[in-house]
Amino acid sequence: MVDFTFNAKEQEIIREIRREGLVLRKYARYYDEHEEELPPDEFPEAKEFAHIDKMAADRGADATSPTAFYMCMLMHRTWGDMMRMKVPFTALGNASVTAAGTDEQKKRWAKTRLSMANTEPGCGSDSKAIETTAELDGDEWVLNGEKIFVTTGIRAEGSVIWATIDKSAGRGGIKAFVVMKGTPGFELVKKEKKMGIRSSDTAAFVLKNCRVPKENLLGMDPTVKKGGGGFKGLMKTFNLTRPGVAAMGIGNIMACQEFVAEEMAKEGVAVDYEAGQHKRSAIQQKMIELEAELEAATLCTLRAGWLADKGKPNNLEASVSKQKGGDISRRGAQLALEILGAMGSTHDQLVEKWFRDARITDIYEGTGEIQRLVIARELLNYTSKDLT
Amino acid sequence: MITFELTKEQTLIQKTAKEFASGELKDIARDCDEHDEIPKKLLDKAWEMGLANAAVPETYGGIGMQRSAMTSALICEELGYGCASLAAAIMAPSTFIQPLVDFGTEEQKKRYLPTYGQDKFAPAAAALHESHFTFDVTDMRTTARQEGGHWVLNGVKRLVPFGQTAQHFLVLAKSGDRTGLAHVGAFIVPRDAKGLTVESAPEKTMGLKPVPKAKITLDNVAVPMADRLGAGKGIDGRRLINTLRVANSALCVGLAKAVLDASVPYAKQRVAFGEPIAKRQAIAFKLSEMHSEIEAMRWLVWKAASQLDQNGDATKATTLAQHYANKNCVLIADNGVQIFGGHGYIRDLPLEMWMRNARTLTVLEGIVAA
Repeated sequence: MVDFTFNAKEQEIIREIRREGLVLRKYARYYDEHEEELPPDEFPEAKEFAHIDKMAADRGADATSPTAFYMCMLMHRTWGDMMRMKVPFTALGNASVTAAGTDEQKKRWAKTRLSMANTEPGCGSDSKAIETTAELDGDEWVLNGEKIFVTTGIRAEGSVIWATIDKSAGRGGIKAFVVMKGTPGFELVKKEKKMGIRSSDTAAFVLKNCRVPKENLLGMDPTVKKGGGGFKGLMKTFNLTRPGVAAMGIGNIMACQEFVAEEMAKEGVAVDYEAGQHKRSAIQQKMIELEAELEAATLCTLRAGWLADKGKPNNLEASVSKQKGGDISRRGAQLALEILGAMGSTHDQLVEKWFRDARITDIYEGTGEIQRLVIARELLNYTSKDLT
Repeated sequence: MITFELTKEQTLIQKTAKEFASGELKDIARDCDEHDEIPKKLLDKAWEMGLANAAVPETYGGIGMQRSAMTSALICEELGYGCASLAAAIMAPSTFIQPLVDFGTEEQKKRYLPTYGQDKFAPAAAALHESHFTFDVTDMRTTARQEGGHWVLNGVKRLVPFGQTAQHFLVLAKSGDRTGLAHVGAFIVPRDAKGLTVESAPEKTMGLKPVPKAKITLDNVAVPMADRLGAGKGIDGRRLINTLRVANSALCVGLAKAVLDASVPYAKQRVAFGEPIAKRQAIAFKLSEMHSEIEAMRWLVWKAASQLDQNGDATKATTLAQHYANKNCVLIADNGVQIFGGHGYIRDLPLEMWMRNARTLTVLEGIVAA
C-alpha cells in the first residue's frame, strides 16, 4: 500500500544524520572560505556518528527499500552540508571500475580511490567528442590530452581517464584507462576555483605521452565496438548517480526552506495552508511554491530509487529526478533569497553558501538540458541520433 | 516505509476505470462538449460500475466497497484522462455521497443513502461555490445559524453540479462566527425545502460544459437539527474539504496526461522545415517537462491521499498537491495547444477543449469529485 512515512528506526536515523549535519555546519564556512585547503578525510567527530551506517543496514521489516532510503539519507546529509564527516573511500572512478572492469581489475583497485576524468576543455555533456587519445605501443598505452573538472582529482590516488583509441569510431572508440598519480606524463595542472561546493576538490590534468601498462585498460578489450562499447558502461553508472545528485541538491534546498521558515516564524509570518489564496501574501505564496516544488523533486527522486530496488528500469525516472532536482536547486534557492531579502546574501548565516552550492546540481552529472533530451528520447522512442 | 506500491484491489480499480475511460469517454467527449449534454446511458453505466457510489454500504443497497482517498485519486486520474468534463459529471454525486458515508450518523445514512446505492444514476451534489471572486472556503458568505431548534441557512451558491435535477444538496456553509476549514458546516437540504430556489436556466461556463450547473439561493432555509451532517457532533470540515481537493487534483493529473499522450505522436508526425517538430528541442523539451510534471503531480496527489487515509491532518499536503496539480495542469494544457498550433485552436481536435476544461477545473476548488 502506498505510503510516504518512515518507520521509527528510519526517523531515528534521519535525526542522527541531522545531528551530524549540525556539527558539519560548524566547519562549513571555514572550508568555503579556504578553498585551497582540503577538508580531512575524517573529522574528529566522525567517531560519534559511526553508528549511523550500521543503523541504516537494519531498519526492520517495514523498512523503506534500500536505494530509496539511501536517497533520503543523501538528502538529509546534504541538509547539513555538501561536505562529509567521513569522505567515502571510493569516488566516481571506482564506479567506472565496477561498471566496466574485469574481475581481476575490480580486485586490483578495490582499495584505491580513483577519480573519473571525462570532461575536457572542448567537451562536457557530449562525451563522445572527447579528444584525449590512447595509442597502443608495445605493452603500453600512450595517453595524450587534457582533462578538466575532475571531481576528487586532488584527493584520489589515481584517475580513470576516458580516451579514444579511434576518433573516427565515435562512441565505439572510447575506452577507460586507470592512471595512477606519479606516472610520468600525468600532470596535475591546478585545483579549480568554484562558485560553490568548495570543500569538494576539483582538478585539471594534462597527459603528455603518459604511458600506462596494457592491463590498465578497463575491461581489457582493445577492440573498437559498434554503437557503444565502453561508453555504455559510462552511461550505465548514471542511473544511480543521477537521483543521488538530485538528492544532494534537494538536501541543500531543504536546508534553505527550513531556515527561511524559521526566520518567517521569528517575524510572526506564518503560512496558513488553509486560507484562501486571496488571503495569502506574496511571501506566503512563495513559501507554498517553494515547498510544493521541493516535495515534487523529492518524490520523483524517491520514485527513481524505489524503482531501482524493484528491479525495474529507471533510466527515464533517473533523468526526471535529476531534472526536477536541478530545477529546485535553482528555483528553490532563488525563492529562499527572494523571501529573505538583503540579509539572505550576508555571511551571517549559510543560505548564501547553500545558494552557491546548490547551483551545481543542474550542471554536473548531465545538465538539465541533457536530462530533457534523455526524457524526450524515451517518450518519443528516438535514438540519440534522432534527437540531439 | 516509503513505497509507491498499489494494493491488488487498487490496481484492479485503476484498470477498470482506465478501460471505462478509453471505451466510454474519449469518443463522445467532443460531442458532449459541443451540445452541453451527457447521455443518460453513460451516467447509468458508470453508476452500474460503482465508480461514484461504490462506498454506499450494503445495508443501504450499495456495494459497500472500502473507498479511500487513494482509490478515489486513482479513479479520478483515469476518468480525467478520458475526459475531465464527463469525469466531473460522473463523480459529482460522490461529493454528496462520500461525505455522508464518512460523516453521516446512522440515522442520516439510513434516510438518504438508499437513493444512491442503486445502479441507476441519481443526481445530487455538494453546493460549495459562491459568486464573489474572493470566495474562500474557510470564510464563506453562506451562513448557518441556530434559531428556534433549527439551522437557518442563507446565501447564494453557484455552479452546483446537477442543481436542476438533484434530489438533495449538501450545502456547505460557515456555521457560527469562526473561520477556518474546521468550522465548515455541511447541511443536507432536499430540493423542495422552503426558501430554496434553483434557477432553471443552467449556468454556462468556458470548460466542463456538459456538466449541468445551477445557481441556488437559500433564503432563510430551515434545516432540522438532525439534518446537519454528523448531527450534533458535526463534521471534520478540514477532512471533508481536503478529500474533495485531492480528488479534484487527481482529475488534473489525468487531464494533463491526456494532453501529453496526444502531443507525443502529433509532434512525431507533424513535419516542419523537412523534419518532425519533435526533433526540435523547443518542442522536445516541452514534452520532457510535461512528462516530469505529470509524474510529480501524481506523487504529490498520492502523498496527500495516503495521509488522508492514514487519518492524519493532510491540510498542508493537500494544499501543496492542489497548488502543484492546478498550476501544471493549466500549463500543460496550454502547451498542448501550442504544440498543435492552429490545430490546437480548432474545435476538431480536443486540445482547445482540454485547455478550457483545465482552466475551469482548477478554479473550482474541488466541487466535482470526492
